Amino acid sequence: MKPKFIIRSIVGAAIVLLSGCSSIEPWVKPYERQNLADPIMAFSRAPVSDNYLHHVYQAREGARGAEGSAGGGCGCN
Amino acid sequence: MPEVLKVVLEVAVAVISRLAVVLSGFSLFFFCLDSNSAVLPEDRADALYHYYDGGGVTIQGPSILVRKSIKDKVSVSANYYVDNVSSASIDVVTTASAYTEQRIEKSVGADYLHDKTIMSFNYTASDENDFSARSAHFNVSQDFFGDLTTLTLGYSQGWDEVGKRDEDDFKYDADRRNFRLGVTQVITKNSILALSWETVTDQGQYLNNPYRAIRYLDPSVGSGYSYQDEVYPDTRTSDAIAIRGMYYLPYRAAVKLEAKRFADTWGINANTFSVEYVHPYKDEWIFDGKLRFYQQDRADFYSDLFERIDEQNFRARDKEMSTFSSVTLGFGASYEKELKDWRYLNKYIVNLSLDHIQFDFDDFRDLRVSATPGTEPLYSYNANVIRLFVSVFY
Repeated sequence: MKPKFIIRSIVGAAIVLLSGCSSIEPWVKPYERQNLADPIMAFSRAPVSDNYLHHVYQAREGARGAEGSAGGGCGCN
Repeated sequence: MPEVLKVVLEVAVAVISRLAVVLSGFSLFFFCLDSNSAVLPEDRADALYHYYDGGGVTIQGPSILVRKSIKDKVSVSANYYVDNVSSASIDVVTTASAYTEQRIEKSVGADYLHDKTIMSFNYTASDENDFSARSAHFNVSQDFFGDLTTLTLGYSQGWDEVGKRDEDDFKYDADRRNFRLGVTQVITKNSILALSWETVTDQGQYLNNPYRAIRYLDPSVGSGYSYQDEVYPDTRTSDAIAIRGMYYLPYRAAVKLEAKRFADTWGINANTFSVEYVHPYKDEWIFDGKLRFYQQDRADFYSDLFERIDEQNFRARDKEMSTFSSVTLGFGASYEKELKDWRYLNKYIVNLSLDHIQFDFDDFRDLRVSATPGTEPLYSYNANVIRLFVSVFY
């Protein structure tokens, strides 16, 4: 009984999920994305430079994480 | 003002109307792989010179990054980074002697584009005379929903070895694990939102800086206080969650907002807010200005002045564990030029960034001033950070 219920649940969920795929239309069309593609809209225009500043903060502040990678070591005492 | 109101309303309406779609579609990630926009990073070489001067510490050196793709499937990169440190910080002048040292960090990485997914691997080795760190990083990212959503998952593992100058037998291992999750969402044709979360766990016998000491009241000495070694817990787990948004203004310029919340098992809670304005000028120039605020509460076992020796099992007087705030004001300018007549180079970028950071401590006192223990002035310092780099794209 149990396996049948699980299989039915999976099949049912798959139908719902797959039918959902066709209903999701990109609301910003590719030809509307010229502003988003502008370099000024990049979250990080200079990864090496930004990582360095993250490292500066990481060595001097207690918080860490959720900001991109930073190297090891400290050089801060 | 009406323009600003219009912008805010547009974003608010778009966020609310799209949120339901995004949330309902979140579980469909692995069924709707209908995009193929994932691209590898551009081939480029970066040469960065960095300079930090603040609180008696000067750190400067180069960083070189080279990146090259192979058959549009793999992009390999290598980074060489140097910190030349000259330190006479308040910790050093009050409990030790000034020193100079060098840290060298090398890393290699590869990004692999497979079908609609990018997988990134990176290995980093960092060495200085009293500290070494090895770390391996793995990230995977995938675009969904007609490229409007990008999901990123990441894991890192680090192996540190903590040493001490002039003490060869002083060697302790510390392990670190990072888990990352990020979602970037196009909201409208002018706005994009990114959510990221990272949890970090540390385990090791020496998670503190081995040169730092706490002070405690000691009437038997002239200054009124003596020093004792710090003792930190062997484990630390932290969570950070950040939300970042970018908006393309009605004229060609962008605003970036960021808010981050941090908490760890040592009792430190921190908030970060920043706002950045990016303004291009003609085709070649991009200028940016940034304001960043940071505030944190002290660790549970931190005190500027303990009542007696061995007052607590865990004890810290590292100023990075105290209650303090910092404000950063930053400016940047970059110049980009296409190289039309060059055979192997496409363009170059020259970038200069200047940041001024002010740190104000609420419960860390300046012991360079002689006074009754606990009444010394609160410590504060400012720092200047310069980043100058040249990038060439090929």
